[in-house]
Amino acid sequence: MKLIFRPYSKTSFGLSLGLTVFYLSLLVIIPLSALFFKSATLGVSGLWEVLTENRIQQALYLSFGAGGVAAIINLFVGFLFAWVLVRYDFPGKKILDSLVDLPFTLPTAVAGIALTTIYAPNGFIGKYLTPYGIKIAYTPIGIVIALVFIGFPFVVRTVQPILEDLPKELEESAYCLGASRFQTFTKVILPELIPSLLAGTSMAFARGIGEYGSVVFISGNLPGKTEILPLLIVTKLEQYEYAKATGIAVLMLVLSFTIMFGINYLQNRASRRLG
Amino acid sequence: MKAKSNNSVLRSIAQGIGALVLTGIFSLSAYANDTLLNVSFDPTRELYEEINKKFVEAWKKKSGKNLSIQQSHGGSGKQARAVIDGLEADVVTLALAYDIDSIVTNGGSVSKDWEKAFPNHSTPYYSTIVFLVRKGNPKAIKDWDDVVKPGIGVITPNPKTSGGARWNYLAAWGFAKKQYKTEEKAIEFVRNLYKNTSVLDTGARGSTTTFVQRGIGDVLLAWENEAELALSESRKANGGVAGFEVVYPSTSILAETPVAIVEKVAAKKGTTEVAKAYLEFLYTKEGQEIIAKHFFRPNDATILKANVAKFPKLHLFDVRSIEGSWAAAHKKHFADGGLFDSIYGEAKK
Repeated sequence: MKLIFRPYSKTSFGLSLGLTVFYLSLLVIIPLSALFFKSATLGVSGLWEVLTENRIQQALYLSFGAGGVAAIINLFVGFLFAWVLVRYDFPGKKILDSLVDLPFTLPTAVAGIALTTIYAPNGFIGKYLTPYGIKIAYTPIGIVIALVFIGFPFVVRTVQPILEDLPKELEESAYCLGASRFQTFTKVILPELIPSLLAGTSMAFARGIGEYGSVVFISGNLPGKTEILPLLIVTKLEQYEYAKATGIAVLMLVLSFTIMFGINYLQNRASRRLG
Repeated sequence: MKAKSNNSVLRSIAQGIGALVLTGIFSLSAYANDTLLNVSFDPTRELYEEINKKFVEAWKKKSGKNLSIQQSHGGSGKQARAVIDGLEADVVTLALAYDIDSIVTNGGSVSKDWEKAFPNHSTPYYSTIVFLVRKGNPKAIKDWDDVVKPGIGVITPNPKTSGGARWNYLAAWGFAKKQYKTEEKAIEFVRNLYKNTSVLDTGARGSTTTFVQRGIGDVLLAWENEAELALSESRKANGGVAGFEVVYPSTSILAETPVAIVEKVAAKKGTTEVAKAYLEFLYTKEGQEIIAKHFFRPNDATILKANVAKFPKLHLFDVRSIEGSWAAAHKKHFADGGLFDSIYGEAKK
């Protein structure tokens, strides 16, 4: 057999694939399977007990609920931001563009403390809302705000490049063929963006349900009311209940994986339709 | 030619790295026997900075050896877990006996009889739980009974995540048990206390921030030293006038903050002797004075007396007198499905 040099081949089991598998095993697969083994020490009944515990279920609804609401808010706000950053020119655009990344670079605990300072009843914004009976810090609303903050860059940064690469001719031809601006947007631009919008939103969502640092400060951590799942994991660890802690972690993992898988499927279908 | 010069660059980089690694190893081994790691909890940071400085001098005088002491601070439970998971601490100085007990049961790098190794159940200093209220005490909070009245905002951390919060809880529990005699009434009392909470921070420092900076609540249940620290910070910020007052309840808990040598690690590192001397130093006059300075109550009676203005006399009960032991208290109150869970479940329904 003669070795022919090809710049690109689809079936390669060379060094690159080996490295990928090695890294993925070392950093993702082995640690995560350790999680499953540890939680297996609970047994099925023990695991069931953990999952049906009232407090955990309430935290579960809260974590996924607040994560979902925050992701949807981020979908709209992030899209708007990406749109403004790509389509318009204005002074200070570069600064605005780099500000978007701040939530990525900031330790989330700092963000949490800053948000709490602002939204606490005597805070910069909170003090104007308190007279009307609106409470933000130490309620689920505060959690949503924290999650919107930390998930915000995902949507902007996934949609922005796609929007930038969208050929102008697409819109021009739609216009020439008699489409209204609204039709151009919904029938021509939006379908192109849906895969990236979905990807960004799902990343924001994933980040949100696992978020700990920024939320513990603003949530108030009231059992059954504003307690999030990651806090419960930390709680169990503080009590040396390693198996139970990993039990909750496995629950989160399975749920988020299912959701991610679903979103990926939708995303694939959307991009396949684009051809 | 080009390849050759590249090679020499690479070689010199490799040599540089090698030299760095070697010096690193040498400097590490040179100090290997003379470093001590003290794993402690949050409010003792300033205390041990001073203790360490004084002990290093004393040790130099006594043995002629240089010593460097590293400190690690964090939530007490978290710190204990780090030691269990392999953090090579020579000594642990934690917020409650239960955390040291868990090091014993999870891996056993601390010996079972650690409580007998040093005087006073291995507690060189202790603290208690007091109330911090806003200036002028507008809600007239004098004792535990006032804290559970409807409409009083109480700030205390979550006992599930904070050692300090467990002391707060047990202080209230012990008071109610002594005052009202029956267990049902004590449960009722603690339930009313937690009905008055709107925030459960994950640690004692977080609760202080919520009360002091965010202006939430009427009373903060706090370590005595944490309350004093908040007072002095407030004085500093407001030109000598504090925005808060400390209220001493009629009775509170003896918050024993124990110390222990992590024998397995110390034996391996050959630091058993210096670790023992370090913890013994806490019991000396000099150590006790530094302790008093940082608002922990010293065990030494004469030094406590000399600081009577700082530490008003109040009736203190210990965990053993109300629940037998920390393990029993933990199991009954804070373990999953324990009293705290049920109280909280009912309090907020």
